[in-house]
Amino acid sequence: MAYSNKIIDHFENPRNVGSFEGSDLEVGTGLVGAPACGDVMKLQIKVKDGIIEDARFKTFGCGSAIASSSLVTEWVKGKTLEDALDIKNTTIAQHLALPPVKIHCSMLAEDAIKAAVKDYQDKQERSKDGDV
Amino acid sequence: MSVQTFNTSHPDMIYLDYQATTPCDPRVVEKMLPYFTEYFGNPHSRNHQFGWDAEAAVEIARHQVAEILGANPKEIIFTSGATESNNLALKGVAYFNQAEKNHIITTVTEHKCVLDTCRHLEQQGFDVTYLPVKENGLLDLKKLEEAITEKTALVSIMAVNNEIGVIQPLQEIGAICRKKNVYFHTDAAQAVGKIPLNVKEMNIDLLSLSSHKLYGPKGVGVLYVGRKPRVRLTSQMNGGGQERGMRSGTLSPALCVGLGEACRIAQEEMGTENTHLTQLNRYFLEKIEHSLDQVYLNGDRLQRIPGNLNLSFAHVEGEGLMMAIKNLAVSSGSACTSESLEPSYVLRALGVDEGLAHTSLRIGFGRFTTLQEVDKASEIIISAVRKLREMSPLWEMAQRGIDLKTINWAAH
Repeated sequence: MAYSNKIIDHFENPRNVGSFEGSDLEVGTGLVGAPACGDVMKLQIKVKDGIIEDARFKTFGCGSAIASSSLVTEWVKGKTLEDALDIKNTTIAQHLALPPVKIHCSMLAEDAIKAAVKDYQDKQERSKDGDV
Repeated sequence: MSVQTFNTSHPDMIYLDYQATTPCDPRVVEKMLPYFTEYFGNPHSRNHQFGWDAEAAVEIARHQVAEILGANPKEIIFTSGATESNNLALKGVAYFNQAEKNHIITTVTEHKCVLDTCRHLEQQGFDVTYLPVKENGLLDLKKLEEAITEKTALVSIMAVNNEIGVIQPLQEIGAICRKKNVYFHTDAAQAVGKIPLNVKEMNIDLLSLSSHKLYGPKGVGVLYVGRKPRVRLTSQMNGGGQERGMRSGTLSPALCVGLGEACRIAQEEMGTENTHLTQLNRYFLEKIEHSLDQVYLNGDRLQRIPGNLNLSFAHVEGEGLMMAIKNLAVSSGSACTSESLEPSYVLRALGVDEGLAHTSLRIGFGRFTTLQEVDKASEIIISAVRKLREMSPLWEMAQRGIDLKTINWAAH
């Protein structure tokens, strides 16, 4: 399969690989996919004053999955949570020129953003309630 | 005239996909060339020298193929390749015997062309039993024996698996089939020239082979059809009645000559070649296992051809790994490129964990693989696996002692 230069660039020079401490209150973690499907993405966001100031990812998957998650770590940085949630899989797929059989990678990346934001918001809720 | 040697098209790449195909041996090509131009006759033209020359060449090739199988040349039917041979064997025997027998036995790890033909026969009303294999990829002989009924026409079991390289116990299977009086067909595409075969000693009634898996040209293969006991089959191609009426169509003398020469070389050099391949296999495996944790060899460790290694690199997805080692031509056990997202059905049949099945590479060594290439390939794979594991959330979780099976994954 021929991959676009953007996929190859993100795959060979992935941005923001790594992990934050998942228990930090300002960190939201999204873990999506399944080993049995051949794709697992972990996306973490660090939020300050409602703005995503940093992001990290780790991905088990094909080149397109790694490129999609690397790309979204760049895209979410500096965005509000609401704006981050506006990132659509179609935009990711278009930007990377994902081949049709790899569209699910971009959907997974979108899911990862949603899951990370939700995790962050849930944590904030719990801390308000004094649970954390 | 001299023929270019192997792999000058991509000198920066290392070819490690010998189960997919092999390059033509230059000695094979040399033998073939005159049959395109100088001796161009139709081997079935009985009336003049051009036809006789071509026929003589085809008959020498037939002898050479028979020789490597321990068969009689009259039992060699030239076809277009193993897919056609397998189709002819299964459909031919099934249809010919359908008045009395309607049952076929095969295994779940066969090549697609056998499985797909069996599915077709099921649609035509035949019964097919798909035997499971053990964890090591080998057939349980007891299960075979139990599956044979008086309705069984044919048992079709591959000699060497194309994905995991395991060698089925042909001698034992042949003995069971002979005892039960059913025909034994084996798809030997990955076996001919790799392991010693003798159709008489092994009680093989039908055998498929493919030229391009043993350093011959693509587009030609053979179905061996035994005469003692006599196997009769319904032809799948109607026409001039060539190949004892079993496969009509003008033969390509060049292709037949190429296959014949490939068999001659393979038979002569099998011993030294296997020594060479065993050395490469051991070197590679030891280096990988020494440098990386959690690498699993799929298929039996001993009952296998030395030219194949199917390895699972835990927590690294196979297709991503292939992209990271792009200068190595290998094959992935994960069929992620197909839209199904299903990993290899062969690995699944072995009971390999679904997650692990996605992490597999098939590495194939062959006649032209050098120790330097294997050394370089192992270095490239080791560093790619390390890099991708650093990026893998599964590796991270495993390192922290989290049991991945306890996680409630959302399948997508």
